[in-house]
Amino acid sequence: MSANGIDRRAFLRTSAQAAGGLTIAFYAGPLPLRAQEGPPAAAAKPLPDPNAFLRIAPDGTVTVVLAHSEMGQGMWTGLVMLLAEELDLDWSKLKVEHAPVAAAYAHPFFGIQMTGGSTSIASEFDRYRQVGAMARTLLIQAAAQKWNLPAADCRALKGEVVAGTQRAAYGELAAAAAALPRPTQVTLAPPSSWTVIGKPHKRLDSAAKVTGRADFGMDVHFPGLHTALVARSPYFGGKVKRFDGAAALKVRGVKAVVQVPSGIAVVAENFWAAKLGRAALDVEWDPGDGGTIDTTEMARSYRALAAQPGGVKAKAAGDPGAAMKTAAHVVEAEYDLPYLAHAPMEPLNCTVRITADKCEIWTGTQLQTVDQGTAAQITGLKPEQVEIHTQFLGGGFGRRATPTSDFVREGVEVAKAAKLPVKTVWTREDDIQGGYYRPQYFHKVKVGLDAKGAPVAWQHTLVGQSFLIGTPFEGMVKNGVDPTAVEGVFDSAYLADVPNHLVEHHAPKSPVTTLWWRSVGHSHSGFVMETMIDELARAAGQDPLAYRRARLAKHPRHLGALEMAATKAGWGTPLPRGRFRGLAVHESFSSYVAQVAEVSVDGGAIRVHRVVCAIDCGTAVNPAGVVAQLESAVVFGLSAALHGEITLRQGRVQQSNFHDYRPLRLHEMPVVEVHIVPSTERPSGVGEPGVPPVAPAVANAVFAATGQRLRRLPLRLS
Amino acid sequence: MRLRVNGQDHDVDVPEDMPLLWVLRDVLSLTGTKFGCGMAQCGACTVHIGDGPARSCVLPVGAVGDRAVTTIEGLSAGGIHPVQQAWIDEDVVQCGYCQPGQVMAAAALLKAKAQPTDADIDAALSANLCRCGTYQRIRAAVHRAAGQTGGRS
Repeated sequence: MSANGIDRRAFLRTSAQAAGGLTIAFYAGPLPLRAQEGPPAAAAKPLPDPNAFLRIAPDGTVTVVLAHSEMGQGMWTGLVMLLAEELDLDWSKLKVEHAPVAAAYAHPFFGIQMTGGSTSIASEFDRYRQVGAMARTLLIQAAAQKWNLPAADCRALKGEVVAGTQRAAYGELAAAAAALPRPTQVTLAPPSSWTVIGKPHKRLDSAAKVTGRADFGMDVHFPGLHTALVARSPYFGGKVKRFDGAAALKVRGVKAVVQVPSGIAVVAENFWAAKLGRAALDVEWDPGDGGTIDTTEMARSYRALAAQPGGVKAKAAGDPGAAMKTAAHVVEAEYDLPYLAHAPMEPLNCTVRITADKCEIWTGTQLQTVDQGTAAQITGLKPEQVEIHTQFLGGGFGRRATPTSDFVREGVEVAKAAKLPVKTVWTREDDIQGGYYRPQYFHKVKVGLDAKGAPVAWQHTLVGQSFLIGTPFEGMVKNGVDPTAVEGVFDSAYLADVPNHLVEHHAPKSPVTTLWWRSVGHSHSGFVMETMIDELARAAGQDPLAYRRARLAKHPRHLGALEMAATKAGWGTPLPRGRFRGLAVHESFSSYVAQVAEVSVDGGAIRVHRVVCAIDCGTAVNPAGVVAQLESAVVFGLSAALHGEITLRQGRVQQSNFHDYRPLRLHEMPVVEVHIVPSTERPSGVGEPGVPPVAPAVANAVFAATGQRLRRLPLRLS
Repeated sequence: MRLRVNGQDHDVDVPEDMPLLWVLRDVLSLTGTKFGCGMAQCGACTVHIGDGPARSCVLPVGAVGDRAVTTIEGLSAGGIHPVQQAWIDEDVVQCGYCQPGQVMAAAALLKAKAQPTDADIDAALSANLCRCGTYQRIRAAVHRAAGQTGGRS
């Protein structure tokens, strides 16, 4: 999800309306700022309710409750570190758990309970520290009263309050501390005295995850729980014309066949019976408008549309048409980018149990508030009667944050129709062919350079579906401009210094469902901008690093990342025979990432040997987590750059599983090095910003190797 | 039918063509073994049959016979296994969904070859997908575990 420069007030307002008039407690306080705009006025916000986030048991067990979902990004560790910075913990007595769905856990930026936009740490930087500080203050007061000492003589240390030779465990003090009036103000430790923030910390969920004890949504089981698979239209927007469940009901273990809005659900004692039952279903589909979709034809029509006027103006300055005519050189290029599936390792699933006064949901979701409202609408219960037990997410990447609550909605519909507790499970084929893709995109770019090679005119037209327009999240669209479509272009640092420019977006409609995909609009705009800049450097006869330095002279954080990556990668130094370097730098989610890729080309095969990354993400709360997320982003980006493509012919998705929608595998893994630019700024995004520079860094290296300028993804040499 | 899993015998009343994965997960409630693809493309369902790795999502339970099945729960039954410890020490996991399969594949590799080379690790573990991209640390963790188990049979 995008977090940059979007009017989130509008986002919240519209979400509340679009959720169908449900009462959702939106936080209307100060909204997030871009990092460079300085820290928000934390003191102006009321302090959080510490009881929502922290429990201290008599035996000293400290339970930290997380308002965000752990999907691999490491907030299970990072949020605890924030709290522990203020409340010194005995880490052996620590428990961590996901929060239930409740107003107290609304995202400090977005106002609803959710995880996305690379904001978990950035948005909670104050709240979890404040909770820790409030608890520390109260525990110290309780100890001071007990010992009849001034509070100033007491300090919190590793699970105890200590004063001279006296000590009392947090567990002994908790009841007395809870009875004290809460502080209305706390002082947070200054950076100079931090002992936890900024120090690498190993993950707290490792042991559970390597022993198989960690519970994902897929692993939920209790007596009486059934498993359902849903036969959905193989065509986007298609409908059931007719079905016959008789053969399915004859399969051993199948209990029910029910129609739900998304298709026909086969409910069975276990997954295997449900799968066999679904295969035995006799369903006839009405394909509707989606029956003829062809992505090659779509690319052709997008190209034609890009040449037409009538796009929404996302950004404009000067007179690019006139400036183009007087430019010394003109560079024109067109870019094709495919639909992409998120393909998290854990296929989607949702377990639902509906009783007379309650709807319980067990799932891995990024969007609890919207899911809760959706379940309330379907069941006729009040939102507060809908309980969500958030499980570990076996990957999210945006797919588990659907404004339509698609997989939770379907799970509730199935349980309601079957009148049974049901876990609705998607197969991998359901996932790959089930839509909610990163939209297919086309970019048409024309840049005029002056005699010294500096851009003086930039015309940029994007064509691609908007996944906000016409959805509950439409409030994020401002003056017709969908920022998730044009981000990375209209707010590009390069463009800011081009006196004449125009960015336009055409948003054609399609029945194919689309969604944010790790790094959102930057996943295509980063590729286009950074390969175009490389092309301009070559046109100007300049080194790609020197050319970027000149363009980004007024953008110190871009430059900081760029210089660090270039230095660590040895930019300009000799390479082994047959290896070539490519460079990219891109800002997203208020962070700045530069990457240098080392590539060789053998026949038609592109091999990536090494990727050196530098990130400026403000304060790196857990540097170990930042390194891990950048490694992850490189693999995610490479999977898409080298292999990723969802195509449709005659309305049918041509890929179905990991053999033809190929994530990177271990034998293709380059050496990845991550360097963190030292910073005292507030924390900014980490999970997504490492993705956008990968494809352009590799494509630019491929150009260095072959002279071929590749402008479509996945990268294919001719 | 009788099935020997993690040293215990279980009598299960299931069709012979039901994949072992679903017997483990849905009948025996051993949910550490994961479903990722259903066609032996991702390795999330890796278990040991005897000492060797097997993709339980495509193995009909009727084909297991009297061979011993070990799942991730059985690997660590006697405390943390050196491969699991190496995974923790290298801070490998992210979302963690693929990791039981990765650990089982690595443990089988180290049983077969105590000191694997990078090429051995590529050959044994390239069939195990990780969408979070933890491959670099998986490689390091296998080498680390090999150091710990080095010299053992």
